[in-house]
Amino acid sequence: MTFINYASREINCKIVYYGPGLCGKTTNLQHIYDSTAQEAKGKLISLATETDRTLFFDFMPLELGTVRGFKTRFHLYTVPGQVYYDASRKLILKGVDGVVFVADSQEERMDANVESLYNLEENLSSQGYDLMKLPYVLQLNKRDLPNVIPMEDLTYELQKKGEPVIEAVASTGTGVFDTLKGVAKQVLTELRKS
Amino acid sequence: MAQVPFIIHEQQFNRLKSVIGRLCVECAARAVFLVDRDGQTIAVHGDIGDMDTTSFASLAAGNVAATHSMAKLIGENTFPSVVHEGERDSIFISVIGRSLLVVVFDERSTLGLVKIRAKKASHEVARILDDAADDSKAFSIAQDSVFADISDDDIDSLFA
Repeated sequence: MTFINYASREINCKIVYYGPGLCGKTTNLQHIYDSTAQEAKGKLISLATETDRTLFFDFMPLELGTVRGFKTRFHLYTVPGQVYYDASRKLILKGVDGVVFVADSQEERMDANVESLYNLEENLSSQGYDLMKLPYVLQLNKRDLPNVIPMEDLTYELQKKGEPVIEAVASTGTGVFDTLKGVAKQVLTELRKS
Repeated sequence: MAQVPFIIHEQQFNRLKSVIGRLCVECAARAVFLVDRDGQTIAVHGDIGDMDTTSFASLAAGNVAATHSMAKLIGENTFPSVVHEGERDSIFISVIGRSLLVVVFDERSTLGLVKIRAKKASHEVARILDDAADDSKAFSIAQDSVFADISDDDIDSLFA
């Protein structure tokens, strides 16, 4: 839920990066963190296991700048991708304003993508949200690997509603900011309709 | 958008600041936070030094969300408060509807005192937040020229 404070003239929004295990959600956040000026970001908090798998969530606040005199703050979250952390994923979707689905382009991860996307729709629905009405971007990650499915085929399988589809290599930063911009733009555009 | 935005107006914000400021003094706390259950900081008062308040708020919300789910798993409806006791500093979190009142205190105070004072303050906070929620539902921000006039160029400029 977008939180608007007229006293401090701030707009706060929550964006969640969703997707199967090891698809690159945390890497997206890490790249945004590494590429953003110190004054525009807070700490990158990672609640991870000893093997660096996300256990509960990663969190990073990002200040994008001012729109019509209001500071725009985006709270970026990732969910744990592993199937058995479903309870945590549900919690993190609470109050979400926009979702990025990070798909792993590798052929052998296609089933995991489909399962995770279905899980996203289900978990959103259990929180009273409809993916078809939420600001949403589909990112096709790991495009640099040799065994990737062609973009057209992945789009055909995973695109839900004509949302922007962005090719990315999160480890080098390719497509990471285009993805963030795609979802942030939709979230702010929604404010005009509220 | 799935839900209408939650809007805090200046007068409500000042009332909230005043309540948590008084609570901070009355229970000799180090700091008091009012946090939305989604992890957004609403108001802060006290000695925060160089504490990362944004992360603190997000983690407090995650903490309560996890605790709430654990309550459900053992057949409880919810845990209305959560306490973390440290060697020097402790944290008391009280759930007020969709917000959290978070008190950080040290050996200058006691858990009992914090609980009593926080309970009293939480009634006031709940009233103000209910007012804000009612106003948010009734208020169409699209009628506010600030938001209705946001252009694509305004949004693009954020990423320039």
